[in-house]
Amino acid sequence: MRNMPKMPTAIALASSFLFLGACKPVVLAPAGDIAERQKDLLIASTGLMLIIIIPVMALTVWFAWKYRASNRDATYDPNWDHSTKFELVIWSAPLLIIICLGALTWVGTHLLDPYRPLDRLSESQDIAEDHEPLKVEVVALDWKWLFIYPEQGIATVNELAVPINREVEFSLTASSVMNAFYIPAMAGMIYAMPGMETKLHGVFNNEGEYQGLASHYSGAGFSGMRFKAHATDEAGFEEWVQKARDGDTALTREEYLQLETPSENVPPRRYARVDPELFDRAVNMCVEENKMCMAEMMAIDDQGGLGREGMLNIQPVTDDKHARRGTKPVLGHTPFNVVSICNPAEAAAMFADLGTDEPVERRGREIMQSRALPIPTTLFQRLQDTTIRDARASGASEQKL
Amino acid sequence: MAVPANVETTFLFGRLTLDAIPKDPIVWATFVVVAIGGAALVWALTKYRLWGYLWHEWFTSVDHKKIGIMYMILGLIMFVRGFADAIMMRLQQALAFGGSEGYLNAHHYDQIFTAHGVIMIFFVAMPFVTGIMNYLVPLQIGARDVSFPFLNNFSFWMTAGGAIIVMASLFLGEFAQTGWLAFPPLSGLHKSPYVGVDYYIWGLQVAGVGTTLSGINLLVTILKMRAPGMTMMKMPIFTWTSFCTNILIVASFPVLTATLVLLTLDRYVGTNFFTNDLGGNPMMYINLIWIWGHPEVYILILPLFGVFSEVTSTFSGKRLFGYTSMVYATVCITVLSYLVWLHHFFTMGSGASVNSFFGITTMIISIPTGAKIFNWLFTMYQGRVRFELPMMWTIAFMLTFTVGGMTGVLLAVPPADFVLHNSLFLIAHFHNVIIGGVLFGSFAAINFWWPKAFGFQLNQFWGKVSFWFWVVGFWVAFMPLYVLGLMGVTRRMRVFDDPSLQIWFIIAGIGAVMIAIGIAAMFVQFGVSIWKRNENRDLTGDPWNGRTLEWATSSPPAHYNFAFTPVVHGLDAYADMKDAGAARGQGKYLPIHMPRYTGSGVILAGLSTVCGMALIWYVWWLAALSFIALVGYAIYHTFNYDRDYYVPAEEVRLTEEAHARQMAQGA
Amino acid sequence: MSTPSTQPAAYWEVEPHHHEDGASTNIGFWVYLMSDCLMFAVLFATFGVLHGSYAAGPGPKELFDLELVALNTAFLLFSSITYGFAMLCMARDDQRGTLRWLGITLVFGLLFLAVELYEFHHLIHLGAGPQRSAFLSSFFALVGTHGLHVAFGSIWLVTLMVQVNRKGLIPANKRRLSCLSLFWHFLDVIWIGVFTLVYLMGMI
Repeated sequence: MRNMPKMPTAIALASSFLFLGACKPVVLAPAGDIAERQKDLLIASTGLMLIIIIPVMALTVWFAWKYRASNRDATYDPNWDHSTKFELVIWSAPLLIIICLGALTWVGTHLLDPYRPLDRLSESQDIAEDHEPLKVEVVALDWKWLFIYPEQGIATVNELAVPINREVEFSLTASSVMNAFYIPAMAGMIYAMPGMETKLHGVFNNEGEYQGLASHYSGAGFSGMRFKAHATDEAGFEEWVQKARDGDTALTREEYLQLETPSENVPPRRYARVDPELFDRAVNMCVEENKMCMAEMMAIDDQGGLGREGMLNIQPVTDDKHARRGTKPVLGHTPFNVVSICNPAEAAAMFADLGTDEPVERRGREIMQSRALPIPTTLFQRLQDTTIRDARASGASEQKL
Repeated sequence: MAVPANVETTFLFGRLTLDAIPKDPIVWATFVVVAIGGAALVWALTKYRLWGYLWHEWFTSVDHKKIGIMYMILGLIMFVRGFADAIMMRLQQALAFGGSEGYLNAHHYDQIFTAHGVIMIFFVAMPFVTGIMNYLVPLQIGARDVSFPFLNNFSFWMTAGGAIIVMASLFLGEFAQTGWLAFPPLSGLHKSPYVGVDYYIWGLQVAGVGTTLSGINLLVTILKMRAPGMTMMKMPIFTWTSFCTNILIVASFPVLTATLVLLTLDRYVGTNFFTNDLGGNPMMYINLIWIWGHPEVYILILPLFGVFSEVTSTFSGKRLFGYTSMVYATVCITVLSYLVWLHHFFTMGSGASVNSFFGITTMIISIPTGAKIFNWLFTMYQGRVRFELPMMWTIAFMLTFTVGGMTGVLLAVPPADFVLHNSLFLIAHFHNVIIGGVLFGSFAAINFWWPKAFGFQLNQFWGKVSFWFWVVGFWVAFMPLYVLGLMGVTRRMRVFDDPSLQIWFIIAGIGAVMIAIGIAAMFVQFGVSIWKRNENRDLTGDPWNGRTLEWATSSPPAHYNFAFTPVVHGLDAYADMKDAGAARGQGKYLPIHMPRYTGSGVILAGLSTVCGMALIWYVWWLAALSFIALVGYAIYHTFNYDRDYYVPAEEVRLTEEAHARQMAQGA
Repeated sequence: MSTPSTQPAAYWEVEPHHHEDGASTNIGFWVYLMSDCLMFAVLFATFGVLHGSYAAGPGPKELFDLELVALNTAFLLFSSITYGFAMLCMARDDQRGTLRWLGITLVFGLLFLAVELYEFHHLIHLGAGPQRSAFLSSFFALVGTHGLHVAFGSIWLVTLMVQVNRKGLIPANKRRLSCLSLFWHFLDVIWIGVFTLVYLMGMI
């Protein structure tokens, strides 16, 4: 009857020391400033909580032992069930810890918000006034990562290279299902979602080759959705870019549609040129010909839709990348999508607006909607003035099926 | 791929074809074992003519005690299935290194982790919790049954029907490959066109109806059926936690039902709630499902907090410290559990202020939870702690759960979550609280109330073997996952390329094997105890020197629970009675008004299950037929007005006198 | 806490403790309605999120016929009033009056369903079915779920009319009638929400 379940604690403590000594936990030893500060916060929070966790665990063992039934020397007071003093302590002690932790959380969350441009490159390096972040556009495909370097005009699959000590600004989306983009050594993860654009800022401080991965289950090929992130010096990066440019493959819209069909364990691949509209089209889910872009659709919807004429402005899905079999819902019609009513000039203007790429102001958006897309205000005007009026006037007849 | 391509649908069988039978040898072996076991069971039941007994005494029973026991049996059976999935995952992850694909392909592995989560939450933890509440709440409040005894039977069979649907997916078609919450667009028609997600949806819908109705039932029972004198603040603490849990059930399961209905419409009709195109919004599903999902976590843990309170107080031989603050803590948790759902997806990019709000509300929940832990501590303080099995589980819980709670609060800090979200650290965290809280609590409850339910004690030796293997096995199995999480390893991975990870997966696998031994020892414990039940009889009805009303009846209690109605004057009603020398009521026995047993629950739930299966396979004629039969039978059932009867006073007298003789023998 | 003055006998009641028949049923049904209300809350929230997502298709202004919906609303509101009259008759133990008013309620309920079905058919025929846009999906789900409730309420109403006819206004039947009354008025309240949020706010 005297068996004391103390073992778990002992094992826990012993094993955690042993474990941490014997492996390289990348989360606790990262190579980039953001991950470094996230780690600091993690350790500080743990420390704060241990202030209360350790006494509680010790008291549990101590009380259980001291007041064991066979110890007749211990006081026994079967009717003692209240003490205002103790009650005060047991409510206020956790409360105090949580107040501290809450403050830490509020500040830490705002400072380390993935949408926030960096305020320093590392503990010792401030960010220069004219510092230009490296822009990388990321598309999660089934099941590989596509990286587009808009300024360099190249694209890669399952291979990322960035110079050290330079802020990297990732813009992320996905082609079919939700995913999460994670380079543990660099910065925390962020979801990549179809029809949505999310942002992540990070920096590498140490050169090396790091693991990048998909950290949100996305289907059969999920495990193989890994890539290497090369952190090099500026010269190394230029060299890498040049090598990519030397190739002769181009990532056009057709090539992209081919690429996004499901495939597993895809080896790294480079494209020397890339369609400059591609990422915006991927976000707006209109890489396919004739399909209406989300931005266009949202602007039209803000104006109250296209009316009854718009009802028939649809086309059946013919080249659906998802379709394997029987995608027609059993009680519904064959899947369809909406046909674009922009003329080429309007489309170009829309993408020019989307491409201005101002920092996304997300305050004041409804959480439930989580639209991280910039609202295309200029386009909105344009559509109001011409397209919708024209479409209404002509009954959008040319676009009908 | 085991999924047949281009399934043609026929009128008679819908999309059910011979191709739907899995070709996998593992599934076949399982099927053969299950078939042989099932045949043996049917044979034994027939040989010993037990069908009638089972039907008349158990399946059609409206007695909350029998229904409670049936819930526990369902939970235990499903636990074996869920654990088999766990062992298979551990083995796969320990093997799949250095270019090896392991022994499971993606189609198979993805089903296994989905099924593991679904089964463990919906068909193990929920039946355990519901079973314990069903058995105890009426006894603790001095009632003769729940408010709606027939509904109780129906709820159980709906839960069982859901479990049958999920189990059927093993041998017919496939289960979902989406993770246990089936996030769209992955669970949408385009990405999951075959029956897997439909099994998921209809299994949960059928079981969900049962859970909601059982929540309503117990809630009303606690509100309306309390013994005279038992005001809200004199209710036993377990009843209080059950009360809050049932509020949570009633106020959150409809959200799950509605969300799954919308997903069903997306899949069957082609609507655009959670699709990418045509204005749909997959993130809305994630919000909705977690608005149910987070209260669900507290639905699971709160009743077990009640169990730990009762156990600590009983085995410390002392009143519970801080009853009032315990009640307020429970109510706080109930309310706060609705304000934290977004912490499950900080990484969606909702912005720093939203994230910090939900992070901080999550942390605030740890305050009442912490207060509870302290209350248990101070209940032991100046007590006489007896280390019987229920108390051992409770202390193991207190040590395990605090660690799980700490890692939970850590994950509530958004920047920390950005590096640990979806990692094995998260897996370790929630197993830390669910195993350490819900399972350890259920085991404490089983050991504590078994003598009440069956009239004999559980075997100590095997109980301790089980305890030590479980507790040590738990730490060995899950500590490596914390480490792996810190090494940046994500959940649901099937193969790995970094060889330095393998050792941790092997250690975790060893832990899982230890847990397996613990589970086996638990079944041996049950077996040995039943075998040698005459050596461990509980004749008194109060083997632990209990404090609440369930100990005031015989073990097992008569089907009417109490011959006389207990009158409550304070907390710990039965301890008061014993102090006052009034442990047994005396007087003239009167007839007792009780509900009749009925087979309607089995029939209605059976029809629902058939309807669910027909909808999964697109067998429209059967779906329509079973649905019409369901409505028709429900109407027919309402034409039966003769639903109760009186237990004759003479029968009550005989039962009670036999119990008095037994007590005299025990004393 | 035991006080020395409490006599042992005070701990047990020999007479069975009387729980009022059906008191649990009433509160139980209320709790059920609240859970049902939450289902509608989800559907309303869904509509709230998706109501502007026309997918470049038609919006409420081009689709809904407010006069028809107003007529429909009137049917449902009248059915609530007539149900109220049925309950008044029930309180007077007037079985024939109860049945008559229940019958009128049923007629109004069925008229409501007929108009709703006509509206749905009309929309789908136009090409504005639930598949066309997220707005239409959420519209059909919300209004359709309400309609399904009315349909089941009507089946229940018929069942109760048969039962009242057979057994008279016995306590069990009265209890059932008052549960259905709650249900029927609840659907009315939900419809007022639907009418305001979906139709009025969409059209105006």
